[in-house]
Amino acid sequence: MAHQAKSAIVGLGISEVGKVYGRSATSFALEAIDRALEDAGLQKENLDGLLMQSGLAQPGIGLQLQNAAGLKSLRLVNHMNAMGATPASMVQYATMAIQNGLATTVACVFADAPMQDPNARSSDGMNATRRNRPVPTGFASLDQYYGPMNPNAGYAMAARRHMATYGTTSKQLGAIAVSTRAWAVNNPIAQFRTPITVEDHQNSRWIAEPFHLLDCCLISNGSVAVIVTSVDRARDLKSKPAYVLSMAQGFPGNRRRAGDDHDWSTGAAIARDTLYGQLGIGPKDIDICELYDCYTYTTMITLEDYGFCGKGEGGPFVEDGKLGPGGSLPTNTGGGELSSFYLWGMTPLSEGVIQARGGGGDRQVEKHDLVLVTGNGGILDFHASLILSPEAA
Amino acid sequence: MSEKTAAPPSGRPVPIPDADSQPFFDATREGKYLLRYCPACSHYLAPAAEICDSCWGIDLEWRESSGKGSIYSFVVNHQVLHPGFKDLGPYSVIVVELEEGPRVTSTYDGPNEEIKVDMPVKVTFEDLGEVTVPKFAKA
Repeated sequence: MAHQAKSAIVGLGISEVGKVYGRSATSFALEAIDRALEDAGLQKENLDGLLMQSGLAQPGIGLQLQNAAGLKSLRLVNHMNAMGATPASMVQYATMAIQNGLATTVACVFADAPMQDPNARSSDGMNATRRNRPVPTGFASLDQYYGPMNPNAGYAMAARRHMATYGTTSKQLGAIAVSTRAWAVNNPIAQFRTPITVEDHQNSRWIAEPFHLLDCCLISNGSVAVIVTSVDRARDLKSKPAYVLSMAQGFPGNRRRAGDDHDWSTGAAIARDTLYGQLGIGPKDIDICELYDCYTYTTMITLEDYGFCGKGEGGPFVEDGKLGPGGSLPTNTGGGELSSFYLWGMTPLSEGVIQARGGGGDRQVEKHDLVLVTGNGGILDFHASLILSPEAA
Repeated sequence: MSEKTAAPPSGRPVPIPDADSQPFFDATREGKYLLRYCPACSHYLAPAAEICDSCWGIDLEWRESSGKGSIYSFVVNHQVLHPGFKDLGPYSVIVVELEEGPRVTSTYDGPNEEIKVDMPVKVTFEDLGEVTVPKFAKA
């Protein structure tokens, strides 16, 4: 493999995450950036770029973050959004900016605080975001009459189509919930660390059939930041880098008409050749997968689309538990969004950085030369991916 | 608001036609399901379409659909995402692939247990008083 790293992630900062109430998205973001700088051995004065993405919280983080952080004379700032694909794509844009001389040291941060203290919740049980939504009219009101849809239902629709087409079963999706939870057991910051079985998955309540509760990610307040710099500059820093070897994006489009394969062939299938092609590798060369897992189905379809198994074979592929600790394809080794914490694309990115640097502690995977990190957003609409490595070349 | 115009027993929020959707809701009154149609490229589009996604034409017509199609996918939702659904129990949201091509969202007119992917369906209409809504039942 002849390749040269494109950039280096030299700092990772994870704020307090989970059911942490009474703090703003901005306060989480600054905590994460501060921890990332400390990890990198840098001061905030060393930053000359700031890329950010806000989650659902109102107010979230925004372009005023540079002022809240007291950052002066930055050379690169943007508020970016390709939903859950954004953290991986922010690293890509930071890398391109650094390669082209726009900036040298870029913080990429995601923050969200969608959960309110249940004791402070209003009498109707709805949060302010939902209560303040305007009453829809026209076709939007017809959709609301049929039944309001949220991401749970959207992904459940896609999974149902896969099940009907390929014979995928709920128990096979359950195997993903089980292996992901098994990894979370050894992650001290994971929100759910009690092991589960496929039977527990089957017995968990329905959310949107065919999804049980244990097919769905959790919700978290918090923030993650990473510091991206050049390969040369990384060599002068005290921290151990996770090098960015390859990067790609993919957007399938959804025409919502006969023949459209949006629900079972995702942006991952578009990004795959770009990502592997930069290194002349294939799925057999990947040591660890850190995949965006808003739902069990998302893990399965992403494995298919990156060629770890054939199209439609995801169910039988995951059934034997090969994604779990000790398995042949360690996947979502921190417990993912299903069991650890849900900070959109930062969940897989942060664990990818941890594993590539060999800092996974009890859950560290021995062979971690090539780590696949994916982000996914919308209802399988947006995709971005990276390959991280402890080696620059 | 008088008792007569209160929400129907199901509690679902009654649709409110606007200028763009008025022709569609006028047609449902007469038992017709309309789609948008692009005469420039002979392409059928979902009722809410404003622009043809094939040729980007904006002069769309309304055309009656056969009302026939098949279930592309569906969910049975157990979450209450709107207060009107609180006493309704699990409700289906279906995507119907119409003969003309577009996939449209609706709800199933029949028991949830009956719904199957690729099952042939046909449009039905329910008069809610102020407005008539299309649903789909087993063909």
